[in-house]
Formats: sequence, structure tokens, C-alpha cells
Amino acid sequence: MQSFDLTAQGLRALNSTLHGLKEQTNETVWEIVNPKGAHAIAVGLDAPIDVTVRGSTGYYCAGMNKQATVRIKGSAGPGVAENMMSGTVIIDGDASQYAGATGRGGLLVVKGNAASRCGISMKGIDIVVHGNIGHMSCFMAQSGNMVVLGDAGDALGDSLYEARLFVRGSVKSLGADCIEKEMRPEHLELLADLLKRGEADHLAKPEEFKRYGSARKLYNFNVDNASAY
Amino acid sequence: MTDIPQTPPKQSWTYSNDVNAEIRRAAATGIYDIRGGGSKRRLPHFDDLLFLGASISRYPLEGYREKCATDVWLGTRFAKNPIHLETPITIAGMSFGALSGPAKEALGRGASAAGTSTTTGDGGMTEEERGHSKTLVYQYLPSRYGMNPDDLRRADAIEVVVGQGAKPGGGGMLLGQKISDRVANMRNLPKGIDQRSACRHPDWTGPDDLEIKILELREITNWEKPIYIKIGGARPYYDTALAVKAGADVVVLDGMQGGTAATQDVFIENVGMPTLACIPQAVKALQDLGMHRKVQLIVSGGIRTGADVAKAMALGADAVAIGTAALVALGDNDPIHEAEYRKLGTTAGAYDDWHEGKDPAGITTQDPALFNRFDPILGGRRLKNYLKVMTLEAQTIARACGKSHLHNLEPEDLCALTVEAAAMAGVPLAGTDWVPGRTGRY
Repeated sequence: MQSFDLTAQGLRALNSTLHGLKEQTNETVWEIVNPKGAHAIAVGLDAPIDVTVRGSTGYYCAGMNKQATVRIKGSAGPGVAENMMSGTVIIDGDASQYAGATGRGGLLVVKGNAASRCGISMKGIDIVVHGNIGHMSCFMAQSGNMVVLGDAGDALGDSLYEARLFVRGSVKSLGADCIEKEMRPEHLELLADLLKRGEADHLAKPEEFKRYGSARKLYNFNVDNASAY
Repeated sequence: MTDIPQTPPKQSWTYSNDVNAEIRRAAATGIYDIRGGGSKRRLPHFDDLLFLGASISRYPLEGYREKCATDVWLGTRFAKNPIHLETPITIAGMSFGALSGPAKEALGRGASAAGTSTTTGDGGMTEEERGHSKTLVYQYLPSRYGMNPDDLRRADAIEVVVGQGAKPGGGGMLLGQKISDRVANMRNLPKGIDQRSACRHPDWTGPDDLEIKILELREITNWEKPIYIKIGGARPYYDTALAVKAGADVVVLDGMQGGTAATQDVFIENVGMPTLACIPQAVKALQDLGMHRKVQLIVSGGIRTGADVAKAMALGADAVAIGTAALVALGDNDPIHEAEYRKLGTTAGAYDDWHEGKDPAGITTQDPALFNRFDPILGGRRLKNYLKVMTLEAQTIARACGKSHLHNLEPEDLCALTVEAAAMAGVPLAGTDWVPGRTGRY
């Protein structure tokens, strides 16, 4: 395992070193110590490496990740795994606002709670939150899957497009154009896979969830829907 | 019998024919008017400024003989690889989606041939524009349509779009008519639905967050790319200062004459400030921070001629950007298509329903039958010619003012034709030493 002391060696050296790793690298396992809430840790990675951050992170940890697995042994600040393309990001603690924002692929797992706007404008990412998610989560979410083992805050899925939302607990309120939908066998199958990959299959069963999606009434402008916008 | 004099029919200024027609249109359709372009109002503009030229107290440079340089460096503050352009006239951000692929290619061809940059838009980077643009600025927008780290690294600069002059505080809109399979795929959305781009970024909210966002973008791109921040002309003093604080290498300032692909007419005409009024405030912010010329200022919104370029630069801009004028150079609103404009209920010069995707010129459309009419090689050549002419025009004026570089133009070279323009631009009314709003001599 390669170890990197962020406080001693600095952010630029960290990201530069990780960016220098190619697909065939033998240095596949990394540990970052002393993160001390720094921003932009391990952003823009593009190699099949495994990075463990020993502590909590600031903004945008693992932003735009491709291929890599990033494990945060603490909590994550705003915008963790924003615009992730592929790979996996696993947070042992809580995630602040905008977790997984605009993510296009890969898997984000939050073992604690996620704050507001989790999965905002998501575009293909899968997000599994073991705890609760805050208000305005999945706002304008375009595609991908959101799984919440706990509760969801106000205005879940406001102005939703084609993303699929699965919530086990309560939903404080649904946002504009977001409705509960029938859970069909293919959704249970999908959910079982997401729970397994999200390290949550021992915590919940697919049958315990409700599915939410877009009513698709706001897809083309209609003045009689003006009060919904 | 003598006719009794009659009071002639009198139209109301307040309830003019145009106003009444819009009331009737709203009543009949139940929807606000959406259109492309920028403000069509008569606004105080560069036309209201004049250059003083040299005489005895200043001496001019010889036209065509003495050098008047036009090049500009952008992004010298933090970026490892700042951009060097031969002309300060750049191409503003316009999206693939709003524009056709061939139109984007033509912008790249023309800009590259003229030694300047072009810019992506909401919807991501296309091969047409990357392949044909020597210098390509990649916009980072609230929607993040098409955003990915590979394209960030393929870009020559990154422009974080906070706002645009046509609609400061507004998001984007691309109506379903223009959402072809290719556009839908790039934006991860179903074909044919209206696409609304958010007005706020999804993962930062204020200048402190923006500073961290810029750190992330720099880290992802190895601190190589200049980072621009684009603001709509609303509160340019504070927005420019905050952009500098957030770490911008370049501030792009877009006044209300700047165009949009589509938004509400009421927004375009009633929100924001004229370009002329924006520039001095932005320049003052840079000067107050000691950052004028260190953080470069690009001005857009109503730049049409070399005179406009020279005036913007005399007021303190380092460069300008053109959007609408570039489209006109490509062939937009050309009277050659008049018969088709008439069928669409409009006329050449007034066509602004770009969002409907029926552009006879094949520029603002995703319909192959229309965009295949447009020749990107010819379009590129026309744009290059236009950029070269504007550069020559600006040089002509600068030489007449005795300047060996366009950047040496200064407010002292200008006077204003109207009280309004004098107040906004901060230059004296012609024939006086009066700058409205300032006491004493300028």
C-alpha cells in the first residue's frame, strides 16, 4: 500500500501523483492520512485504483471520478463525487449537501445520512444512502437510481426527469411532478442489486421500499401547469 | 359648406400598436413570448461615443505603416498555460443544440483562421468544434449537460458561467422541437422534451463556494487552464470583485444586448443593464483591487464593428466576444432567405424564433434538411473575413488616436454624444469637460 500524508505533502502533490497513475499501474492501493477536511481530495482520478481517505474531507472529494474506488473513513463535505463518471465512492460517515451532484455513472454509497440536494441533477449515477436524505434531493434528476434506506426530506424529486427513486422510510413531501409509482418485478430485481452493491443488503429488503418517479407532466410547457413551476 | 376641422386619430404611446398586439397574442395563446437574441430596445450604446483622434496635442500613427498590435494574453494570473490570441475579438459561448453541428464547425474554422478562440455552450463539447477550433473555451454551466473530465482536459480554457446578459438570474431553455437524438444523448434526456437549464449551479452557491469549485477544476486540469467567470450585466462592480476574489483568471462581462438561444421576451427586455453601463463599473472593481490587466476583462453584448471593439477596449476591456454578430456573418437573417422568413411570419433582420428550429439559414436548427444547406467551410471563411475587418477597423481607430497597441486605447480618447452615454461610460459629453455624476474636471 502507498501512503500519502496530505498535511505534509500537500494537495497539488496528491492529485498530481494520483493523476500520473495509468491503467496498468502496480500501485493500485493508496491511503491518504491527515486529510483534515481539505477540499478537492482525489479529484479527477482516472485509473482502477483503490484510495482510502483516513478522516473527513472538505468539498468535492472524488469529484469527476473515473474508474477509481475512493473510501472515506469519516464524513464528506459538500459535492462529494460530483459529476462522477464511473467507479465507486463509499463514505462511512455522513455526506453534506449536493452529494453525487450531476453524477453520470458509478456508485456512491453513504453509510450515514446525506444532507440536502443529494443527487441533484444526477445523470446516470447510482446512489445508495443507508440513512436519511435532506430536502430537494434529486432535484431535476435526469437518470440513474437513488436508494434511501431511511427517510427523505421536503420536495423529493422536484422537476424530476427519468431517474428512479426508491425510499424505504417516509417522504416528507414530493416535489413538483414527482409521484409514487408501482413497484414491478424488474424494479425489485434492480433494487436487490443496488442494495448488494451498496453494502446494504443485510440492512433492508427490496420489498420494503416504495418507488417514485416523474409524472412527466412538465416535460413540455403548458401554461395551465404554471403554478407547478 | 366648409369642412369642420377634425382631431386626427391619435395612437397612445403607452398602448402602442406593438403593445396592444402583444396583449392580444398573450390573451389568445396563454403563454409569454419566447425568442432568441438580445435586447431590441434603443439603448445607450457604443454608437453614442466618439473617438477624439489625434491632432496637435496628440500625434497619430501612420495608417498601414506604423505598427498597431492587436494580440492579447488571457489567463496570466494563475494558469500554467495562458492563452495568446492574435486578435482580441473572441467568439462567445453558443451551444450545440441551439446551433447546428455545421454552424459550430464554421465558428471554429473562422475563429481559428482569424487567430482567436471559440467557446462551447450549454450541451457539451462536440467534435466539430474541438476539431476545428485551435483555441476552445469550454463552458462550465449549471446544467452540466455533457460535462466530463476528458473534455475539461481537452479544452484550452474553462468558463464558469454564472450568468449572461440577455437574462441575468435566468437559466437556459431549449425547447423540444430542437431535441434531436444527438442533442438528447449529449444531455442525458429523452428526445423531444423541453430542456430547462438551471439558473444556479448545483454544487456551489456563493463566492466562497465558487472559490473551492475553481480549486477543484484547477486540480482536475493540473492548473493548466485559464479559468474564466462569465457574469451577466447586473451588478458588475460587485460581481467582478467577487469573481476576482473567487480566483478568476478572466472575467467575461455580458451586457443586455448579448443574445440568448431562447428566453422570455419580458426577461430579455427588462432585466440587466446595457453593455456600455457595465464596463466602467467592472473596470473600476478591477482597478480598486489592483487587478486591472492582471485579471483580464472580456466584454460582450452588442459588439458589431471595429469601432465597438475599440470603444470597449478604450473603456478598459482587454478583449471582446461576439455572438449575434458572428451568426449574422455566417448568414443568419440574410435577406437572401426573405421568402422563407415571410412564410414564418417575419422578415430578414427580425427573425428571432431560433428556438423553433426552422431557421432558413440552417444555423439555429437541428433539422438535417435545413442545416445541410449551410456550408461550414464557406461560413468559416465569412467569419474569418468579418473578424479580420473588425480588427483592421479597430487598428485604424487606434492609430488615429496615436496608439501602438489596441490595449493602449483609454477613456481619454473618447467623448459622448448624449448625457446618458457620458454618465454611463464616464467620459465627457462632447464639447464639454462634463462627466455627469462627477464633480470637477475629469
